[in-house]
Amino acid sequence: MQDFLQHLLNGFSLGSIYALIALGYTMVYGILQMINFAHSEVYMVGAFASYYFARKFGIDNSPQLSTLILLLLVSMLACAVLGFLIERLAYRPLRLRRSPKLNILITAIGVSLTLQYVGQVIFGADPKVFPNVMNDSEVFVFAGLSFKSLDLTIWIISFLAMVGLHFLVWHTRTGRAMRAVSHSSSLAALMGINPDRVYSATFILGSMLAGIGSVLVGMKYPKIEPLMGTLFGIKAFVAAVLGGIGHIPGAVLGGLMMGLLEEMVVAYLSSTYRDALAFGLLIFILIFKPAGLLGKRSIEKV
Amino acid sequence: MSSFLQRPFFWWIVLLLLGIFFDFALNDYLQLILIFSILNSVLALGLNLVNGFTGQFSLGHAGFMAVGAYTSGYLSLHWMPFSGALDFLNYILLALVSGSTAALAGFLVGLPSLRLRGDYLAIVTLGFGEIIRVMILNSPSIGGARGLPGIPGPSDIQLGSVTISRFFQSYALTMTGLLLTTLLLWRVLKSNTGRLFLSIREDEIAAQSMGINITHVKVKSFVLSSFLAGVGGSFFAHITNYLNPSTFSFMTSINFVVMVVLGGMGSLTGSIIAAFVVTLMPELLRPIQDLTGIDLRMVIFSVSLVLLMILRPKGLMGRLEIMDVWRKYVRKLT
Repeated sequence: MQDFLQHLLNGFSLGSIYALIALGYTMVYGILQMINFAHSEVYMVGAFASYYFARKFGIDNSPQLSTLILLLLVSMLACAVLGFLIERLAYRPLRLRRSPKLNILITAIGVSLTLQYVGQVIFGADPKVFPNVMNDSEVFVFAGLSFKSLDLTIWIISFLAMVGLHFLVWHTRTGRAMRAVSHSSSLAALMGINPDRVYSATFILGSMLAGIGSVLVGMKYPKIEPLMGTLFGIKAFVAAVLGGIGHIPGAVLGGLMMGLLEEMVVAYLSSTYRDALAFGLLIFILIFKPAGLLGKRSIEKV
Repeated sequence: MSSFLQRPFFWWIVLLLLGIFFDFALNDYLQLILIFSILNSVLALGLNLVNGFTGQFSLGHAGFMAVGAYTSGYLSLHWMPFSGALDFLNYILLALVSGSTAALAGFLVGLPSLRLRGDYLAIVTLGFGEIIRVMILNSPSIGGARGLPGIPGPSDIQLGSVTISRFFQSYALTMTGLLLTTLLLWRVLKSNTGRLFLSIREDEIAAQSMGINITHVKVKSFVLSSFLAGVGGSFFAHITNYLNPSTFSFMTSINFVVMVVLGGMGSLTGSIIAAFVVTLMPELLRPIQDLTGIDLRMVIFSVSLVLLMILRPKGLMGRLEIMDVWRKYVRKLT
């Protein structure tokens, strides 16, 4: 029982990170109806940006709060710029031509591969150690469970990020514009909203969340490499589908479930099945409840 | 190609004679690239049926290829009914058996997942491909992560004073496979079933309201495509003589998608041309690697995929076949 609860806590940390990345997928899907495959590479670039920043300013081994905040900001900035550029350079030209969805999907895969290989050329293919931003110590013990500082930090930061997102989407003008565009972009345009700006804003926001996620993952699993995004990104995407893609609370729920299930599979089955789990779960969900747990089923009309 | 369709046997002989020429003219390295190009053409054609002609999006072609390759590889280690000069019959038989196994896998995967549309289907097929790979990785009886070594393949045969080389046999096997695949797909697409595939590509909802059972038709197309992937996988197993799960990763599936897209979704000859281009390109780009000292090949590969989508989304051929292009060109000249 003790073990089970401890695994639950671990899974919860992993799940919060999945949720952060899944939010990026779900926001882009909700507004553009496309799977942004390059999102996982944005996350990878965020990790490397903070790695190089920390090395440059000699804070790669000074575990304190200021380092963490600084790295979070750097990673968010780098990801935001990259997300913006991807939307501007790769997706917008296609959208202007009204390309079929398939072409957009292939472009997304192409952008993702480009970033992976450029990453391998620039950063080198060998794994690097993420800066040490926090010593993992036991903060308190409750009912025999040890609450570690890393896990607590991950929970707090991802909770704050999600609250921030919620505020942005529901209580600001940009957020209202985003909701309007996701409902119908042509109608929103008639109401004086510039959809292109909303698309950029969506990419920037989603990428910033990926930036936060990358620092949190770097803290917990301090091995970073150019291909680290691929599998993690696919799992986060599965999480988004699980909760109902395009649905913001769904992404959080899906992310948490994904993290918990993965931790349980590793703990009680075999760690080699860890990656098959995500896909098995995905296929199961898509067959029995294609709209996801919280999503609404939409009927395609002519 | 219209001449090819009227007289396939004649062209088969011509291509086999060309194979004898290649046997002497090319070195081992080029011969291997040639065989892989032909092999990839078979697989790209199979994928084009689903992605190009039926308008669905499968990202798991490597998974079906893996099913075929491992079936063929495992069977051939235990069961080779023909020997001596009839050795080639083994590979034909194994190709058919493993094609059927892959088709069965395609049926099982396709039946539930083809109800889904577009992006979702892409992700499910991707997921299926990965699950197959993980399953192989976790099956010690077929080698697991270490791979399956020692698969028998074509070897030099001495017939009196003539030696039939290993290359020629592989070439004949894959080339025959490619010809039959092209012919099969061409005939299928001109048939009633083929028209159903095309109607789904053009408009799923319209097709459905015409009384077409769209899931049924999609599964048909998927099963045929998986069969071809299985045949391709079987050829692959016997030519490389060694299988490893990492060969059948997501990247391999992407590679086939690139071939289909580059050639033009809905163009058979386009897929063949693109399969040759995509297989040759990394080899042709090798000098750049020597020049710069870093491996830029994959960067160029992926950037060109994005540029292709932005600048020429139809691919090289669009929906035209090579003879259509030829006819257009000739008409322009006269």
